[in-house]
Amino acid sequence: MGLDVLIVDDSAAIRKILLRVLAQTDLEIGDVFEAGDGIEALTILEAKKVGLVLSDVNMPNMDGLQFLTSMRSRPEWNAVPVIMITTEGSQAKVLEAVQLGAQGYVRKPFTAEQIKEKISSCLSVAGK
Amino acid sequence: MPERGWEMSFQEPVLTDDEVVALIWSNTEKVFSTMLGLTVKSSLAPEERIKALRKGGVVSLVGFAGRWRGSGSIRCSGQLACSISGKLLLTHFDYVNDEVLDAMGEIANMIIGNFKDDAAYKLGPLGLSTPTVIYGNNFEARNWNGESWITVLFDCDGELLEVNISLVPGHVLGEAPRPAGVLAPAMWENKIIDH
Repeated sequence: MGLDVLIVDDSAAIRKILLRVLAQTDLEIGDVFEAGDGIEALTILEAKKVGLVLSDVNMPNMDGLQFLTSMRSRPEWNAVPVIMITTEGSQAKVLEAVQLGAQGYVRKPFTAEQIKEKISSCLSVAGK
Repeated sequence: MPERGWEMSFQEPVLTDDEVVALIWSNTEKVFSTMLGLTVKSSLAPEERIKALRKGGVVSLVGFAGRWRGSGSIRCSGQLACSISGKLLLTHFDYVNDEVLDAMGEIANMIIGNFKDDAAYKLGPLGLSTPTVIYGNNFEARNWNGESWITVLFDCDGELLEVNISLVPGHVLGEAPRPAGVLAPAMWENKIIDH
C-alpha cells in the first residue's frame, strides 16, 4: 500500500510541480490529494488518511501555520509528518513552524532534489 | 541616500536604491535559474519597447505590510508569460490562460517573497500579501502611495521582463492599511536603474 500525500498550496502551479516531484521519488506513492488552503486541507484530512503533508505557509482563508496548529491539536493527525514548502523564509516563521510541529522546511525556489531529500529524511525520522 | 518624496522622522535603517536593485537582481536570477533553468540578462531596451511593455501584458503584484509598506511587481508580455509558465510546468501554452496567470503569480511570489526576506534583515519584519495577477491591453499602473518604483529590466529569451519594487515607511502612509497597488488608466512613474 502506497503513501498517501496531501499537498496544500493556493497555487495550482506549485501543486502540479510537487505532484511531478512525488512521481520522481523512489517512494511508493498512493493517492495524492490537493487543497488550496488550510480549511480545504482539514476537510480532506477528516475524510482521508494521509501519511505525509506538504504545505505552503502564506495562503488565504487559513494559512499554513494555522493549519499546522489545527492538525497538531488532533491526536489522530499529530504524528503525520508535515513539510512546509514556502517563500516565507524569515527565521521567526521557520522557528514557529518547527515549534508547531513541522518536520521540515523548504524555501521556494526549490529544486526537485531538495524536496526529495527532505521527504526522505522526514519519513525516515518518522519511521515510515 | 535615495532621493525620496518623504523624509525620515527618526533614525531608522533604510535600503538604498542600489541595495534594492541588487536584491531584485539576485532573487530574480535565483528564481529563474532554480525553477525555470533560465538565465536573465540586463536589458538596455530602447524606450519604445519599454513603453510598449507598459501598455499591457501580464502584471503580477504582491503587497508588503509592516513598518515598511508598498508593493512589488513583475511585468512581461503575454508571450513571455506563456514561455515562463511552460518552463515551470513542463508544458506548452499558446495563449494566456488561468494556468499561466497562476504560474506568473507564483513566480512573483517567489521573487518578491525572497526580496522581502532579504530586505527584512535591514528593515525589520515585513508581511507579504498573496499575489494578484492581471492580464490585458491598454492599461497602466500607479503605485497608491505616490512613490516611484525602482525598476530593473531583464532580457529573458530576447523578451523584456520588468521587476518593480516600491517601499516606504509606514508612518509616511499613516496607520490605515493601503492597497498594494492599483491599476488604472494613469501614469506608472518608474525609476529605471541599469545594473
